[in-house]
Amino acid sequence: MLPRFELYQPTTLPEALGMLSETGGNVRPFAGGTNLIPDLRGGREQARKFVSLAGLDDLRFTRFANGRVEIGSLTTVSDLHRSHEVLRNAPALHASATAFAGHMVRCTATIAGNICYGSPSADLLPPLLSLDANVTLASAAGLRILPLSRFNLGYKQTALKPGEMMTQISWPQPARGTVQLFYKLGLRKGDAISVISAAVSLTLKQMVCTHARIALGSVAATVVRAERAEALLLGRELTEKLIGEAAELAADASAPIDDLRASKEYRLHTARVLVRRLLRQAAEGPGEAGSTRRSTEG
Amino acid sequence: METSKAIKLKVNGKQLELLAAPNSTLLEILRNNGHVEVKCGCEKGDCGACAVILDGEAVDSCLTLAWIADGSEVQTVKGIGTEATPHPLQTAFIEEGSVQCGYCIPGIIVAAKVLLDENPDPTDSDIRVALSGNLCRCTGYTRIFSAIHKAAQVMREGAQKNG
Repeated sequence: MLPRFELYQPTTLPEALGMLSETGGNVRPFAGGTNLIPDLRGGREQARKFVSLAGLDDLRFTRFANGRVEIGSLTTVSDLHRSHEVLRNAPALHASATAFAGHMVRCTATIAGNICYGSPSADLLPPLLSLDANVTLASAAGLRILPLSRFNLGYKQTALKPGEMMTQISWPQPARGTVQLFYKLGLRKGDAISVISAAVSLTLKQMVCTHARIALGSVAATVVRAERAEALLLGRELTEKLIGEAAELAADASAPIDDLRASKEYRLHTARVLVRRLLRQAAEGPGEAGSTRRSTEG
Repeated sequence: METSKAIKLKVNGKQLELLAAPNSTLLEILRNNGHVEVKCGCEKGDCGACAVILDGEAVDSCLTLAWIADGSEVQTVKGIGTEATPHPLQTAFIEEGSVQCGYCIPGIIVAAKVLLDENPDPTDSDIRVALSGNLCRCTGYTRIFSAIHKAAQVMREGAQKNG
């Protein structure tokens, strides 16, 4: 049995924002609920008032126009997985949506829920961070846009203020020829939480790196960017030696913990291995669909 | 605290009005109203035993609040086929010997039904992605996969004949 709680069911965004602000901030947005319900059941969630966002169909969309990508906050992980445009334009994000939990959870879980839950093992976060995504936060007082890199502040801590909810995730379309890759290492290939995950977005002109983003999941309190490794790659030819050095620096950006899924040492080692592997793959060219399929398949 | 209210659900084609509290799950109200073919497993969204088709999508009914499902159409394994008129999936599961203890099967039939509705000729990899939220601790999945391939073939041949 779930504990008793109150559930409000608005059908428009202004109505939802009104409900989120009126109750003095002790009410939480409820999107897919795939984390919240197990947390309520397990006593890890203390809130007892929720605003269900299920009626806000307007926030479920994917748009690719004018050099930008815009995803509505209530777009499900399965929507991302099924979208040919996501596969074509954001293959790393597509791979992370395919590797995400299990099929039924993907059909219910939302992109914003995955971001706002604030877990460092959130599958969608490394690709989104590697795309320089922004998040739009709405409250009764108006909108604000934050870079995703300034949204996840700590373990399950976000920049979301009481009365706010996420409405959109957006990013500029990467330059033509940008290789986007993602790899999730789990204890199983499906229905698993990542031991570690990595996303890379790399633009190469004649093997010289003109743009680099490397993001790692499950290696620190939040998903992190390996900024020193990115800076090392910039303006240089992507040789085996450089790839090795960047992988070392990427591992330095992580501060993993021991937990039931893996040891700290294993995570440090695999951070190095995954970054090296993805950079090598980027150096070989985009290949088929430009993405690693090994997220769900060995 | 808000109290229970009547919600409307069309379950396996039959319109129902069921009493549900804000904290009732779809799984609870289905089972409490006789739909015990929907199984309660982990209640965490890991095992898929409670899967039902909600407005065309496979969902874990243990993670779905009854109030949020209000006004929806639900299909359980019993709505997919009956003993007298089984779905090709159900026939194939019997013929291939895909069932051991059977607890996971209602959820697996649901996930496989949604897959075959979308993709009439799935590869092993497609099946793996579609069944990624269903755990079976008995069979090792081999015969589940062969049954899904067989049902897909039967349905493709049926579609050709009728087309």
